[in-house]
Amino acid sequence: MEASTTGTNNSVVDPNDLLVIDDVKKHFPITRGIIFQKQIGSVKAVDGVSFSVKKGETLGIVGESGCGKSTLARCIIKLLETTGGQINFDGRDITKLSRSTMRPIRREMTMIFQDPYASLNPRKRVGAIVGEPLEVHNLGSASEIKTRVQELLEVVGLNPEHYNRFPHEFSGGQRQRIGVARALAVNPKLIVCDEPVSALDVSVQAQILNLLKDLQDDFGLTYIFIAHDLNVVRHISDRVLVMYLGKVVEIATRDVLYKEPKHPYTGALLSAVPIANPELGRKREPIVLEGDVPSPVNPPSACNFHPRCPRFVEGHCDVEEPPLYSFGNGHVAACHYALERWPMDASEIRRASASRAPEPEPEQPLPA
Amino acid sequence: MFRYLIRRILWAILLFIIITFVTFVIFFMGPNDPARAQCGGDQARPACLKLVTEHYGLNKPLYVQYWRFFDRLVVHQNLGYSYANGSSVNQTIAKAAPVTASLVFGGAVIWMMIALSLGVYSALRPRSLLDRTAMVFVLIGISAHPVWIGLIFEYVFGVKLGWTPIANYANFFGAPAGSGLPGGPWQWFYHMILPWFTFALLFAALYVRMVRANVMETLNEDFVRTARAKGAPERRILVSHVLRNALLPVVTMLGMDIGVALGGAVFTETVYQLPGLGQNLVVGIQANDFATVQGVVVFATVAILLFNLIVDVLYAWIDPRIRLA
Amino acid sequence: MALLEVKDLRTSFHTEDGIVGAVDGVSFSVEKGQTLGIVGESGSGKSVTCLTIMGLNAKRNTTSSGEAIWKGKNLLTTKPRELREIRGNDISMIFQDPMTSLNPVHTIGKQLIEAVQLHRDVSNRVARARSLELLKAVGIPYAERRIDDYPHQFSGGMRQRVMIAMALINDPDLLIADEPTTALDVTTQAQILTLMKRLQEEFGSAIIIITHDLGVVAETADDVLVMYGARVVEHASVEELFNRPQHPYTWGLIGSLPRLDIDVERLIQIPGQPPSLLRPPRGCRFHPRCSYVMEVCKTTVPELLPTQREPDHLQACHLDEETKDREAAKLLESMMAEAG
Ligand SMILES: Nc1ncnc2c1ncn2[C@@H]1O[C@H](COP(=O)(O)OP(=O)(O)OP(=O)(O)O)[C@@H](O)[C@H]1O
Ligand SMILES: Nc1ncnc2c1ncn2[C@@H]1O[C@H](COP(=O)(O)OP(=O)(O)OP(=O)(O)O)[C@@H](O)[C@H]1O
Ligand SMILES: [Mg+2]
Ligand SMILES: [Mg+2]
Repeated sequence: MEASTTGTNNSVVDPNDLLVIDDVKKHFPITRGIIFQKQIGSVKAVDGVSFSVKKGETLGIVGESGCGKSTLARCIIKLLETTGGQINFDGRDITKLSRSTMRPIRREMTMIFQDPYASLNPRKRVGAIVGEPLEVHNLGSASEIKTRVQELLEVVGLNPEHYNRFPHEFSGGQRQRIGVARALAVNPKLIVCDEPVSALDVSVQAQILNLLKDLQDDFGLTYIFIAHDLNVVRHISDRVLVMYLGKVVEIATRDVLYKEPKHPYTGALLSAVPIANPELGRKREPIVLEGDVPSPVNPPSACNFHPRCPRFVEGHCDVEEPPLYSFGNGHVAACHYALERWPMDASEIRRASASRAPEPEPEQPLPA
Repeated sequence: MFRYLIRRILWAILLFIIITFVTFVIFFMGPNDPARAQCGGDQARPACLKLVTEHYGLNKPLYVQYWRFFDRLVVHQNLGYSYANGSSVNQTIAKAAPVTASLVFGGAVIWMMIALSLGVYSALRPRSLLDRTAMVFVLIGISAHPVWIGLIFEYVFGVKLGWTPIANYANFFGAPAGSGLPGGPWQWFYHMILPWFTFALLFAALYVRMVRANVMETLNEDFVRTARAKGAPERRILVSHVLRNALLPVVTMLGMDIGVALGGAVFTETVYQLPGLGQNLVVGIQANDFATVQGVVVFATVAILLFNLIVDVLYAWIDPRIRLA
Repeated sequence: MALLEVKDLRTSFHTEDGIVGAVDGVSFSVEKGQTLGIVGESGSGKSVTCLTIMGLNAKRNTTSSGEAIWKGKNLLTTKPRELREIRGNDISMIFQDPMTSLNPVHTIGKQLIEAVQLHRDVSNRVARARSLELLKAVGIPYAERRIDDYPHQFSGGMRQRVMIAMALINDPDLLIADEPTTALDVTTQAQILTLMKRLQEEFGSAIIIITHDLGVVAETADDVLVMYGARVVEHASVEELFNRPQHPYTWGLIGSLPRLDIDVERLIQIPGQPPSLLRPPRGCRFHPRCSYVMEVCKTTVPELLPTQREPDHLQACHLDEETKDREAAKLLESMMAEAG
C-alpha cells in the first residue's frame, strides 16, 4: 500500500480540476482587551486542508459541527482571507487576488448559506434579494430581472406571489429556497452549498436535490456540498471528504466511502445515521464517541481524533501524526490503524486495535 | 481593535487635510480680495494693499500659502488673525466655542431624549394615538425650517407667554465682571432652553423615525423570541435585548449627523443672537474675513472628526462583532 | 389527564397580501413522559403551532383561537404574568434557527444565567455553575473558557447546543424542540437525542419534537403527527405510521427519502408546489398534488377519522381503507425490494 499526502499530488495541476485547494489554513486570532489587544491564541478552524474538485463533479463534505466546514467554504469563495495555503480556481491562483480582479470571478462561484435567515437582508423584499446578484453584475434590465426572478422562485418551489414579501414572513424551509434561488441567479460555475437542504422537509429536499442534479446535467455545474445528512450526501456526491477538527481525515468516492470506510471517525458517523424505520432504527447501536469534543484552540497532539478514538494506540497515535495513507483509486484516510472491514460493531473496532497494538506499524508512508 | 483605531485616526487626518485645503482653495479662488477688504474696501489705498498683501503672503502661489497656513496651524496651533479687525482668531474661537458646544450638546441630549422616548413608545404601540401624533410631529419637524421654528418659539414662549428670554447668551460660569450681563448656570439654562428645542426639533424628528423602525425590526428578531420563551418580562426584554441592538445603527448615525447638526446650529445662533461659532462664521463671510472663516471651519472639522472617533470607539464597545473582527 | 391538550387550534396572520391561515384546526395531546413527533411540509404550520401554544406569536397581526390546556389552564387565555412563569420553566422551547436565536451583543454565559435567574432566586455564581454544567452536558468543548464568548464566535451547531442547554437548564416538564438537531452532525445528533431521552427518563418530561428527518422520528417518537397545509393529515403511533401509512402525503414523504442502502438517479418527488395558505385549495388541501384524487376531494374537506382497524390511528383522506392499505403495502414493499 502506498501512501501520499494530497498536498504533493497537486503540484501538477490537472486541467480537469476546477478547484484545487492546497494546504489551506484559517486561524482566527483570539484576543483580549478592547483598545490594546493582545493575541492569546488562535482558533485553528481550518488547519491544512488539501483536495481538488473536477469540473462537473460534486464533492460532499461531512464532519462534526464546528470542525470548520463553513469556514473552509467561506475561504474558498474568498469571503474570508486564508491564513495560509493556496486556492486555484479554473487554473488561476486566486489566493492573493485583489477585490477588483476578484469581481469577475465572484460571479463564477456562489454560495448557498447554512443559515437562510441571517444571510437574507430582513429589510429587503424577496424579489430584491434574489435579483440582487443580477443587478450587481448588470445582467439585464429591471423587467428582465423581474421575470428571471419569478422564474427562479418557481424553480425552487416558491409562489411568484411571494415576490413582494419579507424574509421573516417565511418558514425556515421557505427561507432556504430563497437562498437557493439567489445562488442560481447568475449561472455560476461552482456552487458551494453549505447545508442547503438541512432546513427542508424531505419532499422539498427531494425537489432541491433533483433540481441541483438537473442543473448540473444541463450546465455542467460543479458543487461542493456540505451536509450533515449522510443519506443526502450519498445521494448527491461523486466523492466525499470527511473532516475532523480542521483536518481532512478521509476522501473517497462515494460508494467506497460508504461501503469500506477506513477511518474510525467515518465509521462512527456512518453508524450514527438514524434509520427511517422504527423497528430497525431502535435496534441500531451507534459507535459512541467518548470524551469531550476537542477544541480547535489547542487540538490534541498528533492524530487529533485520538482522545475519542476507539482504536487509540498509546504511544503511537498521540505521538506520530498519521499522513493520508492511500488505499487505491484516490481513497485516502489519515489513520495508522485503518478499519479492516465494514460494518463493525464497537467491540470489534476496539479488539482490532488491541491485537495490532504491539506490532510496529506495517504501512510506512512512502516519501512523497 | 487597535488596528481599527489606527485606521480611523489615519482617516481622520487625511480628511482634515482635504477639508482645510478645499476651504482654502474656495476662498483663494473667490471673487473677493482679502487685502482690499482689510484696507477698507473700494477706497483702499495702493500702499495699504501692498503692505497687507506682503504681510499675509497673498501674492505667493497657492501651495506656499497653504503650507504657511498648515505649518502655523499644526506647529503653533495658531489660527491666525482676523482680516477684518486683526484680532486673534484663536481668541474669537475660544469665546465662541463654549456657546456652540452648549447649544449642540444640550440640544443633542434633548434630541436623543425625544427621539428615544417617542421612538420606542411608538414602536411598542404602532398605530396607537401617540404613534400617530408622533408622526405628525415628525412631519412638522422635518418640513419646518429652524429659523421659522425659532421665530415661532420666540414669539409664543418669549413674547406672548413671557416664559423665556427672547435672545442672547448667558455664561455658565457667571458673566464677565462689570458687563451687566446675566450669568451663572441657571441663567445659562434659562437662556438656552428655546435654542435647544429649536435646534433639536429637526433631528429629533428624523431620529424618532429611525429609532421606531430599528426597535420594530429588532422586536421581530429571533433572539427576542428566545428571551420571551425564557419567560423574561417585557421591560427586561426591551432594556436588555432590544435597545442595545436597536441603538447600534443610531450611534453610527449620530456620529455622521453631528457634523450636519453643527451646520444647523448656524441658523439657531442667528435667530437667538448667540455669539457662537455660527454667528462668527456668518459675520466673517459677510466681511470677507477669510482668516476667521477658515479658523471656524478648521475648528469645526477637528471637533467633528474627534467626535466621530469617539463614536467609532463607542460603537466597537457596544458591538462585540466589531470589537473582535 | 394529559399534560398538554390542544384542541382545534387556529392561528392566522394578517399580512399585506391578505390573511394567512398558518394553523387550521389542529388537535393533539401529549402525556407525561411521552414524545410526540411532528413532521410535514415546510410551511405547513409546525413551528407556528408550537409558537401559539407558547404564546410567542407577534400580538399585532396574529389571531388565535382554540385551546391549549396545560395542567388545567388554557395557555391561550392565561395572563401574561402567569404565562411568563410557565415559559422557560415548565415549558421550554428550542428554536429552529440557531444562528439568529441568540442575542449577538451578550455572551453565551450571560444569556444562560439570565434563563436560570428568571425562575430561580440564585446567586450569579450558582447560576453560572449550572450554566457550565449544561454546556458540558451538551458537549461544548472547554466550556469554562467558551462561556464568556459571544454567539458569533460559535459555529451553527455549537449555537444550537447552547440553545438546547438553555432549554434544559430549568428541567422543564415539556420540551418543545423545533428541529433541534438539523444543524448538527449525526454523532452530535445522537448525543443530543440521548440527552433529551435521559431528561425524559429522569424527570418524566414530555417532548414535542419537530423534525424533517424521518429517521429521527422513527427512533425517538412514540406518536407522530403529520401536517400538510396548516392541517393535521395523519396522527398515529410511530409503528403504525411507518408500517401502515394511510395518507398519500405521508407516502410521498416516505417515498422521497434518499437512503443509505438504495441508489437512485432521481429522488421521487411529490409533483406540484406546496399550497398557498393565502388562498388554500378547496376540499382536501393535498388534492392538486395527489395522484389518487377523486371528485369528492376537490369539494369536501376530509375529516380526521380513526381507521377501522386501529382507533388510535387518525387520518384525513377520502380514499377507502382497502385501497390505502394496498397502496401503503405496495410502497413499503417496493422500498424493501430496492433495498434488498
Ligand atoms: N469569527 C470567528 N472567530 C473565532 N472563531 C470562529 C469564528 N468563526 C468560526 N469560528 C470557530 O471556528 C470553528 C469552525 O467553525 P465553522 O463554522 O467552520 O464550523 P462548521 O464545520 O461549519 O460547523 P457546523 O456544522 O456547526 O456549521 C468553530 O470552533 C468556531 O467556533
Ligand atoms: N409572522 C408571519 N407573518 C406571516 N406569515 C407567516 C408568519 N410566520 C409564519 N408565516 C407563514 O405561516 C406558515 C407556517 O409557517 P411555519 O413556520 O409554522 O412552517 P413550518 O411548518 O415550521 O415550516 P418549516 O419546516 O420550514 O420550519 C408559512 O406559510 C409561513 O409563510
Ligand atoms: Mg457550518
Ligand atoms: Mg418551522
